[in-house]
Amino acid sequence: MGSIVAMVSADPGVGETRAAAARLDPQSAEWLRALTATGEQREAALARLHGLLVRIAQGEVRRRGPRLRITGPELDDMAHQAAADALVAVTGKLGQFRGESRFTTWAYKFVMFEVSAKVGRHFWRHPNVPLDAEDWDRLPGNFGFDPAREAEWRDLLGALRRAVDEVLTARQRAVFVAIVLNQVPLDTLVIELSSNRNAIYKTLFDARRKLRAALAANGYIDDDCSGNS
Amino acid sequence: MNVWSALDDFLRTDPRDVGCAQAMQILHIYAELTVAGAPAEQRYPGLAAHLRACGPCGEDFEGLLVALRDEAS
Repeated sequence: MGSIVAMVSADPGVGETRAAAARLDPQSAEWLRALTATGEQREAALARLHGLLVRIAQGEVRRRGPRLRITGPELDDMAHQAAADALVAVTGKLGQFRGESRFTTWAYKFVMFEVSAKVGRHFWRHPNVPLDAEDWDRLPGNFGFDPAREAEWRDLLGALRRAVDEVLTARQRAVFVAIVLNQVPLDTLVIELSSNRNAIYKTLFDARRKLRAALAANGYIDDDCSGNS
Repeated sequence: MNVWSALDDFLRTDPRDVGCAQAMQILHIYAELTVAGAPAEQRYPGLAAHLRACGPCGEDFEGLLVALRDEAS
């Protein structure tokens, strides 16, 4: 625990949060008071928060574990790393806590982000398929196309492939192939492309919109003028 | 339902979708509202649209809900 406490530093915006603390619920205000104190009081609060974040991280990796096919000590290591990094994030961003939720809810959010990042890194180190593979035969299965009805979707698949080649930028194409064909987790692609979740999502969002427009223009799917799902 | 409805759904984008950055900023508020039974989706339609479309943010949201509900029980 000592190493965790030593890693975290006070956030520069803490003064602002202290001013806002008067509007917080009593438990959240107490967390802020203790975490912005000094000496033993702060160390005790950090230890208590770390314990809480470890418990939340362990629950979260257990929840995700069966789908990830990660078990045992590796899963527990992942939880401890996520909790440690979440503690650093929380203490570094104390000044950004506005009291719009309980303090612990806000802190747990960082555990979820860190678990996602650790899972992304795991699949980057141990990919199920090469990250630069491009196997279009995977696509029908990925979208649940019924093989018995291939006559109905063969043309659509061809049109989609042409649209991917013709209307997407190189970056959009690479993201589409990785996520949709190869089913690379988005958080893994974030690491592979040295990017961030928002940028990758936006790239894929734009690719989806362009592909839908291309398929609709050729009569394969309905035009979606409302844009709302 | 046509034979490619899953692809059709995937390609459908919602212009209200706020993206991951904004979603990650307010996920804790949205999760507390949801657990409290408040109309979170009406208050934050752009975030609701995003969570329907973004697997990673949806996963983080589900995990946060589970953590909050476990704590409350």
